[in-house]
Amino acid sequence: MATIHVFDPALCCSSGVCGVETDQALVTFAADVDWAKQNGAPVERFNLAQQPLAFADNATVKGFLERSGQEALPLILVDGDIALAGRYPSRTELARWAGVKEVEEVKQGACCSGTSCC
Amino acid sequence: MKFLELPPRFLFFTGKGGVGKTSIACATAIQLAEAGHRVLLVSTDPASNVGQVFGVGIGDKITAIDAVPNLFALEIDPQAAAQAYRDRIVGPVRGKLPDAVVKGIEEQLSGACTTEIAAFDEFTALLTDAAITSAYDHIIFDTAPTGHTIRLLQLPVAWSGFLEAGKGDASCLGPLAGLEKQRAQYSAAVDALADGQRTRLILVARAQNSALREAARTHEELAAIGLNQQFLVVNGLLPKEEAALDALAAALYAREQAALAATPDALRGLPCDYVPLKPFNLVGLDALRQLLVETPPHLDTADGEPVELHAPSLSELVDGVAADGHGLVMLMGKGGVGKTTLAAAVAVELAHRGLPVHLTTSDPAAHLAETLHGSLENLTVSRIDPHAETERYRQEVLRTKGAKLDAQGRALLEEDLRSPCTEEIAVFQAFSRIIREAGEKFVVMDTAPTGHTLLLLDATGAYHREVARMLDAKGAHYTTPMMQLQDERRTKVLLVTLAETTPVLEAANLQADLRRAGIEPWAWVVNNCRFRRRRPSVTG
Repeated sequence: MATIHVFDPALCCSSGVCGVETDQALVTFAADVDWAKQNGAPVERFNLAQQPLAFADNATVKGFLERSGQEALPLILVDGDIALAGRYPSRTELARWAGVKEVEEVKQGACCSGTSCC
Repeated sequence: MKFLELPPRFLFFTGKGGVGKTSIACATAIQLAEAGHRVLLVSTDPASNVGQVFGVGIGDKITAIDAVPNLFALEIDPQAAAQAYRDRIVGPVRGKLPDAVVKGIEEQLSGACTTEIAAFDEFTALLTDAAITSAYDHIIFDTAPTGHTIRLLQLPVAWSGFLEAGKGDASCLGPLAGLEKQRAQYSAAVDALADGQRTRLILVARAQNSALREAARTHEELAAIGLNQQFLVVNGLLPKEEAALDALAAALYAREQAALAATPDALRGLPCDYVPLKPFNLVGLDALRQLLVETPPHLDTADGEPVELHAPSLSELVDGVAADGHGLVMLMGKGGVGKTTLAAAVAVELAHRGLPVHLTTSDPAAHLAETLHGSLENLTVSRIDPHAETERYRQEVLRTKGAKLDAQGRALLEEDLRSPCTEEIAVFQAFSRIIREAGEKFVVMDTAPTGHTLLLLDATGAYHREVARMLDAKGAHYTTPMMQLQDERRTKVLLVTLAETTPVLEAANLQADLRRAGIEPWAWVVNNCRFRRRRPSVTG
C-alpha cells in the first residue's frame, strides 16, 4: 500500500478549528484522512508551524518551498513523489492512491434514517 | 495563622484582583525562608509585580533574593515563554528554509493560544520536574487573578482528559502538538494538584461581599476538580479600635463586619485567618515581615500634607466621551481597582444623557450584574461568558462546517472543537462582534485584568495581520478590529488605578504596552481617592 505524506501550510491545527475563520476544506480533509486511516491507508500529515524540520529535511519538499513558496502548500507526496499541490485531495483521490476501495456510505441501521424515531 | 501551619510543598494563593495575594504570598515566602526552609516563589501573573515588591529584577530565570537567605523567585512571563517556544521550533530550520517561510511560521505561533500554552507548560514543569521540586522545601505560587487562575488550574485536568480522548493525530492541541510526548508530565501535574499532602490552596479575600462571593465560587470550582486542601484568609480587615476614631472608619468597619456576617455557606467550613489592615504601604521587606505578625508596631505614617489635585471630575470626562455620539469605551487596569464599578458609572452617565449604551464585560470573574441592579432606559447590560461563547462557537462550526460530514467526520470535528484553543477564539469573536456594534452606539467594556487584556489584544493584533495578509492580495477595502482600537474617535481607553504604588505602576506598564500596539490611552482615572475633593478624580 502506498504511503501518503501531506505537507500542510502553517496551521494552528490540522482541522482548522483554531483559525480566524474555520476553513471548510480543512474540516473536510481532516474527516477524509481519518476515514482513510480507518481503512488502513498510511497517511501522515506534517504541519509547517509545528514540524518545520520535516519540511527542511526532505529534499523534494524543501525544493518545492524554495521554488513556489508556502502559498503553494499543501503538497502531497505519494511514495515520495509529488502527487498534488495547492489543494487538498478528495476522498476518492486518497482512496485511489492508497489502493483502498471506496465503499458507498451506508447508513448504519434503519433506526435513525427517518426523522424522529430516536 | 492556620494556613501557615505544617505547610505542604505547594502553596497556591488565589482571589479576586486587588485583595492582596502578592503581598500575602511574599510575606509567606519570607516567613518560611527565614525559618530556614528553601523557598521558591513563583508568579504566574502575566503582569507580575513580585520583583517590584522585593525591589529587584527577577524575570523568567530562578533568581536568589539576596536580602532573604533561602528565598528564590521566578516570574513566568507568558510572552517570554511563547518566544522561547517559538525559538525552539523555528531555530533549527532558520537558514534551511526560505526566510519568508520562517517568518510565516513565526506569525502562526504569535497567537494568544501559543502564549497560554507555553506559560502552562512552564507551570507544569514546576510541579513535576524532580530537579526543580527537590531543590525546594516549598514552592509558592502567587497566581493570576481568579478568572485566569481557574483556567490555569483547570487546564491540567481538561488536558489530560483531552489527551486520553484524543486518539489519532488530527486532534487540535494547537501549537503544542508535540505534547503527546509529555502526557506523563501533565498527568503528574494533575496528581500533584489534587494531592492534599502536597498542595494547599489559600483563598484570599477582603471583608467585602463581592470578594467573599468570588472566593466561594473559586472554592467550589476548584474543589470540584479535586483541590480539597483549602484555607481562607481575609486580608486588610479594619481593626475595631479604628472604628472609634472617625466616622469614615466607623462606616468601613460596620460594612466589613456585615460582609463577614454574610459569608457564603460554602466558605464557613474552611479554616480561616484574619489579617488586619496595616497602617503602611506593603512595599519592601520590612513591611512584608510585619504583615503576618499579629501585633504590628506603631508606625508613623504622617508623610506630609494631603495633596491638592486639580483634575476634572468623572462627569466632565463623560462629556468628552459623549461628544463623539458613539464609540467604544474600554476600562483597563489591575484587578480590584474598580473597573467594573467605573464602567457602570460611565455607562449610566451616558444613558442619563439620552445616549444609547451597551455595557459589557469580558472579565471571566465578572460581577457586573451585582454592581448594576435594575436597568435604565437606553442601557443594555451583557457579559462575554467564556463558557457560553465557546459553546455557541462550537455549535456554529458544527452547524456550518460540519454539515456535509458523515457521522465519523462529525465526531472528529466535535472532538477537535474541545481543544483548549477554542475558548480563546470564541471569546475573541465575541469581542470583535461588540467592537462592530460601537459604530452606532456607545459600548462600555470593563475588560479583564491587565495581563489577560493584553493577551486579548494580542489576539486582535494577530487577526489584523491575518486579515490584512488575505485582503491585501485581493486589493479589498477593510477595517479590522485593531484599526478600530487604534482610532481615537472610535475607541477611548481609560486606564483605571488606585492612588497606590502597584496599581499605578501596572497602569503605567499597560500604557506602554498599549502604545506599542499603536493605541493611545485617552485618560487615567484615579479611583477611591481620598483627596480634598469629590471622588473619583480624573487626570490626563
